[in-house]
Amino acid sequence: MAKAAIDVPPKGGFSFDLCRRNEMLLQKGVQPPSFRKTGTTIVGLVFQDGVILGADTRATEGPIVCDKNCEKIHYMAPNIYCCGAGTAADTEAVTDMVSSQLQLHRYATGRESRVITALTLLKSHLFSYQGHVSAALVLGGVDVTGPHLHTIYPHGSTDTLPFATMGSGSLAAMAMFESKYREGLTRDEGIKLVCEAICAGIFNDLGSGSNVDVCVITKGNREYLRNHQLPNPRTYVSSKGYSFVKGHTEVLSTKIAHLQLEEVEGDAMEE
Amino acid sequence: MNSFASKEGPGTIQIDSERTLYPYVTGTSVVAIKYKDGILMAADMGGSYGSTLRYKSVERIKPIGKHSLLGASGEISDFQEILRNLDELILYDNMWDDGNSLGPKEVYNYLNRMMYNRRNKFDPLWNSLILGGVKNGEKYLGTVSMIGVHYMDNHVATGFGNHLARPILRDEWREDLTFEEGVKLLEKCMLVLLYRDRSAINKFQVAKITEEGVTVSEPYSLKTFWGFSAFQNPTKGAEGSW
Repeated sequence: MAKAAIDVPPKGGFSFDLCRRNEMLLQKGVQPPSFRKTGTTIVGLVFQDGVILGADTRATEGPIVCDKNCEKIHYMAPNIYCCGAGTAADTEAVTDMVSSQLQLHRYATGRESRVITALTLLKSHLFSYQGHVSAALVLGGVDVTGPHLHTIYPHGSTDTLPFATMGSGSLAAMAMFESKYREGLTRDEGIKLVCEAICAGIFNDLGSGSNVDVCVITKGNREYLRNHQLPNPRTYVSSKGYSFVKGHTEVLSTKIAHLQLEEVEGDAMEE
Repeated sequence: MNSFASKEGPGTIQIDSERTLYPYVTGTSVVAIKYKDGILMAADMGGSYGSTLRYKSVERIKPIGKHSLLGASGEISDFQEILRNLDELILYDNMWDDGNSLGPKEVYNYLNRMMYNRRNKFDPLWNSLILGGVKNGEKYLGTVSMIGVHYMDNHVATGFGNHLARPILRDEWREDLTFEEGVKLLEKCMLVLLYRDRSAINKFQVAKITEEGVTVSEPYSLKTFWGFSAFQNPTKGAEGSW
């Protein structure tokens, strides 16, 4: 009997051990399981008092909309939020993980978390997985050094920008930003512009849809405006409602069978 | 274009050296809108050879006959071939000397048939075309792609323009735009394309066609803004980052 040596993948980084088997399976015609993607529009912009993040709320599984109202703006720290595009599991897991790491760091240092801390933790994790963790993120927050907005790509590169868009609807949203953004926007102008950009993604991109979520982060305060805009209401609702009165369906025949009940002695269930 | 590889009839596949497999010198997006008096069309003047910007004075919008404007993106040599074919078409029409002239609807249909037939022979003309015109007070604006997909609308764009310019146009286009408003709207779209399309250059032509006739503007450039404070020192909060 051969003793199978269990290969423990090296700590950190992607283990490529199963790639040859997967290729062989693909050639044999095995369909890989489809994953839930957030074909998405996510945006962020810096305004005069802080950062505003925006996202649509549609999650897709291939051509099907699997969640009409999902949450794409994830909590990282009281002063830092992160929008995620790409594979939903990846964005959830990676933002959850870094959020916990940030909290432990806050306990250790006794200070408010900084946005670049979250940035470095996210980018080093994504880089070590060489792009296989398919998470494209827009990270924004306000810390002691001021307001910051960053984009993080699945392979681990980052950008620091005054306004950013990611996801399949990013071109439509970027068209809105490039034509209308200026420095020093007020809070209301900023929210309006973010909503316009997300709506451009919702109405011009098939992977984005449903509602607009907005998150406004300023020094010492954040407002999570879930479903700030609902531009896709249900238009046709039957005013009469649905009622199925007895007699609506024609009964063709009736047969009643009585249950045979048998009493049996038994022990009580073990606690 | 004739096949000498086999003596069969119309169903012959051309040998590879005689059909377009990939484009070489390409033009990027064209954007066009209907406005109060007619059609406005804008395109930049770049001809890229792969990732090199080889030609910087390519006119990608041309008048066709008296009533139409043709803008094209994609392979420039195929655009020149299309212009040659349309020249012949207009010439033969003029030779009738019957006081009637081919309008935008007719030219659009001709282009449509031409593109679709070439696609069926697996030898496409590698272009996305925009045809706009005015005849007898009726405005006409349509687009034909290299596989023959065609439709008409109040605003059309090719290539990247579909992703970057059409969301803006869907939001801000109105039926009764004046000439100045129309040009401003087109310039807004072209500026976004200049910022975000790598093959776009800052040298544009805007063409206008109305019942009176065609005007193609002189080449000009748009003002760009790069002064965002986040661009001045992006790593201010994180020394050593990028």
